[in-house]
Amino acid sequence: MLGAMLHEAWRAMGANRLRTLLTMLGMVIGVGAVVLMMAIGQGAQYAVQQTISSMGSNVFVVLSGFTSPGGVRSGSGSAPTLTVADANAIAELDGVETVAPVHWGSVQMVHGANNWNAWVHGTVPAYFDARSWPIADGATFTDSDLRAATRVALVGRTVAQNLFGDENPVGKTFRIGQAPFTVLGMLAPKGQNLEGRDQDDIVVMPLTTAQRKVFGTPFQGSVRQILVKASSPEAMPVVEKSMEALLRQRHRLREGAENDFTLRNLTAVADTAAETTRVMSLLLGAIASVSLLVGGIGIMNIMLVSVTERTREIGIRMAIGARERDILAQFLLEAIIISVIGCAIGLILGVGGALLANQLARMTVVVSGSSVLAAFGVAAGVGVFFGFYPARKAARLDPIEALRYQ
Amino acid sequence: MPEEVIRIEGLFKDYDTPAGPFPALKDVNLAIRPGEFVAIMGPSGSGKSTFMNILGCLDRPTQGRYVLAGRDIASLDKDETAALRNRTIGFVFQGFNLLPRMNLADNVSLPLVYAGVGHEERRARAQAMLDKVGLGGYANSLPSRISGGQQQRVAIARALVNRPGLILADEPTGNLDSHTGEEIMGVFNALNDEGITIVLITHEADIAAHARRQVRFFDGRIVHDAPTQQHRQPTSAASRRPPLQREGGRGEGQPSC
Ligand SMILES: Nc1ncnc2c1ncn2[C@@H]1O[C@H](COP(=O)(O)OP(=O)(O)O)[C@@H](O)[C@H]1O
Ligand SMILES: [Mg+2]
Repeated sequence: MLGAMLHEAWRAMGANRLRTLLTMLGMVIGVGAVVLMMAIGQGAQYAVQQTISSMGSNVFVVLSGFTSPGGVRSGSGSAPTLTVADANAIAELDGVETVAPVHWGSVQMVHGANNWNAWVHGTVPAYFDARSWPIADGATFTDSDLRAATRVALVGRTVAQNLFGDENPVGKTFRIGQAPFTVLGMLAPKGQNLEGRDQDDIVVMPLTTAQRKVFGTPFQGSVRQILVKASSPEAMPVVEKSMEALLRQRHRLREGAENDFTLRNLTAVADTAAETTRVMSLLLGAIASVSLLVGGIGIMNIMLVSVTERTREIGIRMAIGARERDILAQFLLEAIIISVIGCAIGLILGVGGALLANQLARMTVVVSGSSVLAAFGVAAGVGVFFGFYPARKAARLDPIEALRYQ
Repeated sequence: MPEEVIRIEGLFKDYDTPAGPFPALKDVNLAIRPGEFVAIMGPSGSGKSTFMNILGCLDRPTQGRYVLAGRDIASLDKDETAALRNRTIGFVFQGFNLLPRMNLADNVSLPLVYAGVGHEERRARAQAMLDKVGLGGYANSLPSRISGGQQQRVAIARALVNRPGLILADEPTGNLDSHTGEEIMGVFNALNDEGITIVLITHEADIAAHARRQVRFFDGRIVHDAPTQQHRQPTSAASRRPPLQREGGRGEGQPSC
């Protein structure tokens, strides 16, 4: 029975090939758009998640510099208002796990014929823990390196590639100005941060070395930022409050005076970014769904025309013994076939488009099995939903009227 | 087998019209026994088709009783009447009513699809029926490729394929020239000889003469019901040739409309 019905549906669709194809095109575009948009949206979410997990969890960044009431930072990180002593004081607060003061700047470095400009972070060994940053090869510097201000460094992947090419940089040296630095280790690659900056374009060295031998900071002990890692997500609000109070007190800020530092909760930033991409991918999906809806309405339209055109045929079928449900199934099947074939083609085009976006625009795309399944489910659903009304109209025809129809 | 295939008692049919109910059938009573060949006659508008639609379970009477093959139609739901149309009744229409996109074998086997018969058996039985009406060689042709008379033979094959006991034909020769019409009547005669009950509408006396009993409608009532006076025996000129085995030649009738 089903075989015969499939065969008949195929023949009916073949009888008006152009019309069938155009109807299908509506579904192709709808499904293609949904699949492509879902791939892009899920890709964006995936990229943000990668970035977030690369930021380390439960982390605050305290930047030196003022924040205007409107939230505009004026030269944050540049005015040297934070000190190593501030960092040590924060480390004593309840709920704080690790603290890493960071002084940074852009520096030109040389190895053989290779020149490269990268960010240098001068900091303490706890830095790697605070940023949840594993060492890919070699080792980190130690507290004794910090005390002695030895010329050692860890390099990020981008720096390693640009200075040392394919060679393993561990144990090699590079120069900053005339001073040679020994590479102790290589950092695991992290990729881009939320602002799209390459986090692997970095050299990390002891804070003392950076201050005395690289930047020559006028105020000894001043740092541009302090990374603070709380012991748990629950501890973060408390840490934030007590840290702000502590810094205001240490900086002798009067009641009502603005902070001369900026506190940033990276987790909150990450959550916002994740929420933003989630909403964005939902929006993309919603917009694409509209085209699916239009495709569905196209199917309904054509099925209604088809029912009218085939009124006499329906009458004949009823006269020779078709039940209402046979007629219903026949037209429903046709609608479902159109939408499922349209869906399959749309799926291929959507996935192809996603791969193209990945290749040409370097976009992160994720085509998940669940979105493919969902697309097929939706297509079958669209076929049933928009095919049902015309099919029922056909099934409810009066056989005598239908037979008389010219 | 019940004593009567068809039993109709006190049957009325009113059509709803803007001007109020229109009585198309008024107190019709009729009984038809298995194996009868009945011609229903009467002028245009006398209610023949209305009556036939009720006989065929395509329509229901406004009032009265209709018992088909022992079953009271009033007690059946839509699916059950569909099953009756599928298994108990074979329809033959004036306009042939083949599905134009399907080849002849598929047209003939369509009732079997709704009867739930499997593909192989459908194909075999459709071929057997086409052979029987002399069109076995055209199984894969489309209806538009054959003449009107041939199309009506295919329609008869379709009506027969599910082995019904009753054939209902509404002016089956109305679209055919008289020669081709005679041939179709030969087919009906042969089927009746096999024991199939036939009820046939016509307003032509020549055609009605093939039946063994004539029922005449006038203004919604049966005004005459008697055995055929000058019955045309199946051995008459038109049907002496074995009609069911004959291969119909092209152009024997008018092309379909
Ligand atoms: N669907 C309908 N609605 C209203 N009147 C109808 C309808 N069908 C038939 N009639 C009327 O019923 C009468 C009988 O029609 P019909 O059974 O078709 O006659 P016949 O087949 O003998 O020519 C006619 O007067 C016709 O106009
Ligand atoms: Mg009529």
